[in-house]
Amino acid sequence: MLKIEDLHIYYGHVHALKGITLEIQDGELVALLGPNGAGKSTTLMGISGIVSLRSGTIQYDGMDISKKDPQEIVELGIIHSPEGRRIFGNLSVLENLRMGAVRRRDKSSLKKDMEEVFSLFPILEKRQHQAGGTLSGGEQQMLAIGRALIAKPRLLMLDEPSLGLAPLVVKEIFTVIKGLHEKGVTILLVEQNARQALRIADRSYLLETGSIALTGTKAEMANNPEIEKIYLSRADEGSVQNAT
Amino acid sequence: MQLEYLVQQIINSVSIGSLYALMAIGLAMVFGILRLINFAHGDLIMVGSYATLLLNTLGLPFWIAALLGILISGLAGVVMERVAYRPIRGASDVAMLLTSFAVTIFLENLAVMIFRATSRPFASPVILSQVVKFGGIRVSSLSLISIGITLVLLVLLTIFVKRTETGISLRATSQDLIAARLMGINVNRIIVTAFIIGSVLAGVVGVLWSARVGKIDPLMGFQPVLKAFVGSVVGGLGSIPGAILGGYLLGIMEILLQALLPSNLAPYRDAFVFIILIILLLFRPNGILGTTAKEKI
Amino acid sequence: MNWDSKHKKTVYILSAVLMVDFIYLLISGGTDYIERIIIGIAINIILALGLNLFSGLTGLFSLGHVGFMALGAYISSILTLPLQTKNANLPDLPGWLAHVQLPFFPALILAALVTMGIAFLIGIPLMRLIGPYVSVATMGFLVITQVVLTNWDTFTRGARTFAGVPAYTSWWNAWLWALFVLYVVLRLKFSSFGRSMRASRDNTIAAESIGIPIVQSRLLAFCISAFITAIGGALWAHFIRAFSPKSFYFAQTFSVITMVIIGGLGSVRGSLAGVVFVTVISEILRNLERGITLGVITIPPMYGSSQVIMALILILMIVFKPTGFFGETEWKARDVIRFFKGFFSIISKGNNGGH
Repeated sequence: MLKIEDLHIYYGHVHALKGITLEIQDGELVALLGPNGAGKSTTLMGISGIVSLRSGTIQYDGMDISKKDPQEIVELGIIHSPEGRRIFGNLSVLENLRMGAVRRRDKSSLKKDMEEVFSLFPILEKRQHQAGGTLSGGEQQMLAIGRALIAKPRLLMLDEPSLGLAPLVVKEIFTVIKGLHEKGVTILLVEQNARQALRIADRSYLLETGSIALTGTKAEMANNPEIEKIYLSRADEGSVQNAT
Repeated sequence: MQLEYLVQQIINSVSIGSLYALMAIGLAMVFGILRLINFAHGDLIMVGSYATLLLNTLGLPFWIAALLGILISGLAGVVMERVAYRPIRGASDVAMLLTSFAVTIFLENLAVMIFRATSRPFASPVILSQVVKFGGIRVSSLSLISIGITLVLLVLLTIFVKRTETGISLRATSQDLIAARLMGINVNRIIVTAFIIGSVLAGVVGVLWSARVGKIDPLMGFQPVLKAFVGSVVGGLGSIPGAILGGYLLGIMEILLQALLPSNLAPYRDAFVFIILIILLLFRPNGILGTTAKEKI
Repeated sequence: MNWDSKHKKTVYILSAVLMVDFIYLLISGGTDYIERIIIGIAINIILALGLNLFSGLTGLFSLGHVGFMALGAYISSILTLPLQTKNANLPDLPGWLAHVQLPFFPALILAALVTMGIAFLIGIPLMRLIGPYVSVATMGFLVITQVVLTNWDTFTRGARTFAGVPAYTSWWNAWLWALFVLYVVLRLKFSSFGRSMRASRDNTIAAESIGIPIVQSRLLAFCISAFITAIGGALWAHFIRAFSPKSFYFAQTFSVITMVIIGGLGSVRGSLAGVVFVTVISEILRNLERGITLGVITIPPMYGSSQVIMALILILMIVFKPTGFFGETEWKARDVIRFFKGFFSIISKGNNGGH
């Protein structure tokens, strides 16, 4: 579905992405891992059209989307839930969800879609008239995912959904993500929390200072000592072998 | 005697406050999205007034001329955005501030070149200069009409930002521009919308202000925009409710000071207004209803 | 925006034309005109550097600095006014002021110190504010100054012209002050104080976490820049010899800001370049305002057009080269000293007949 080839992105003089190549097939859950500053968010911003590319191509269903506006990217069904949630604090939960539908041609099923989101995240229904800024971190993440789902994504890109959340909440979120994957949504998951991501990802890429250091299927990554060496060296996290 | 005076002054301050509020809303909308302090907003008042005067002189009945004048203000705002502010999108706050400064100097001097610096009388229909009496209270019809028009506009605006998709998108964009873009919101369109609304409101202020003062000149927008700034800052830069609150507070403060200051200090009224502003900023550096989002680092 | 050779060529040709026109103006104006231009440039340099220092160190933009210029101008003028003029024009001055007449230098210093004191007082609340609020608040200060100057008749003659100021400013003392200010500003920028301020201006929270006192540093920068600007104002007062509160309002503010921005905010040599550029262009435009005849083409007088064009230039500058001519690049104090050393050595070599 999505094919990125030799992508280079610069922030001013800083060479953030140094020629990355990756691929996502329909229905897959692909994880993009790596330490802070590796360029994971940059990759997503590049796909979304927020950040411009110096060189390289991004192909979506065979079409070159590297020069498209963010609106057009959204219209194609590539929906990006950004790092830090970035829900609209002044808007109510309901209004936030509505913003997800801005680019949709067909809004007739909006009410039904909202109800689906509420069944997925019952707490959002309870708080539907509250301002987004009053929600807890976990609830905001749910809102962000809900907002993205309203946009009826063909490719859902999630940037660090576990950031700053308590372990129990992280587990909940990942259960939801896994559930979406099982329903057939194609997902590109950016995570620092490699353990959780590797558990559910079909394939993964490891990004390090702008380049792909490693890639592999779930099984390959599980047995790869490199992963542990590179940045999973925290004793309390346990080894990757235990993840599968 | 005391009560009538009080009521008169209250109505006076509410009517002036209404005009400040309308202006401050325009400033707040643009600042909220672009972080641009648009000094040239004041000149939109001037544009609307001159347009109305010209059309009226050419034979159009006043209200038609005023309506068209207001629309021309709106148009001027759109042109301003397209020509001066879009090319500098993403520039530093300082650069944007200075561009707006340059735009206002440009417009004001252009107007001086075209219209001469002297003021011209602004003829307004009789209905605007009546004195309405109830009880022992005498109130100008202009004040009442200003308040009335403002209330209608505020209601319309509220419906717009709360009920329409564009309005909600505008609030969203004002909060977080990147997130708005990620949702596919057409940020350019939203910005133009903000400018149109602000400029049209400025045009309305232009007509009402000119009717109040009775004359117009190329530099007329300067004082109002300064005051509108104070209002916007006091209420909380970037917030529409803050702008409204700030505008009315300013109106009340002005009339209050005018009534309370001893005659030898009266000419210093504007200085006192600004001093109070600075003191207020000491306690609430973000304004009374200041934006909840922390200043981006 | 990329400057390719075609753009550069147009710019060079345009600059050459402007320089020729300017030199023509200088020659036809005579030595008096030239002297006025030179003094004007020196004073503008002081004003531009004053603003530049504050903005460069704090990252904040003050719209009210011309208020300091006004204070410097009025205070030193009141102090130096010949007693006869003073008693005629300002009959209600309090006793001690009515009878004092100071020589230039003490009056200058006193005016600058008082201005600095006022800057300190208003700086205390203002320096806590964030970016755009500081700009609006300093603008408020400008308005307050204007209102006070226009209404406090006993000290300022209100809105009427304040005339009779002795002509103490000459090309050499103006330039002496300009060079002194230049030296001070450069030293400050490259001192450890200056460096830590510049480092912290983009990220105040991080700076505070390592112990840099943001509000106090800003206040210090504010006060020093007020002092400098007041000196500029006083020099200007004793140069132009007659002024009113309106001379220190938004038109003047726009003028100083244009010089700083065109040169490049944060760059000292940028401010110098900006001053020269704006002076040259303004003079040319001011002459064009009267209307000229170039062979068959007659351009009619258009008063106010110089402001319009200046505003346009500023807008174009911000759009195409927002960092100004010199952006953030800088001389080091060392370079300036080396430059002067070289300059003097050439002069002395000349005197010694080339050896």
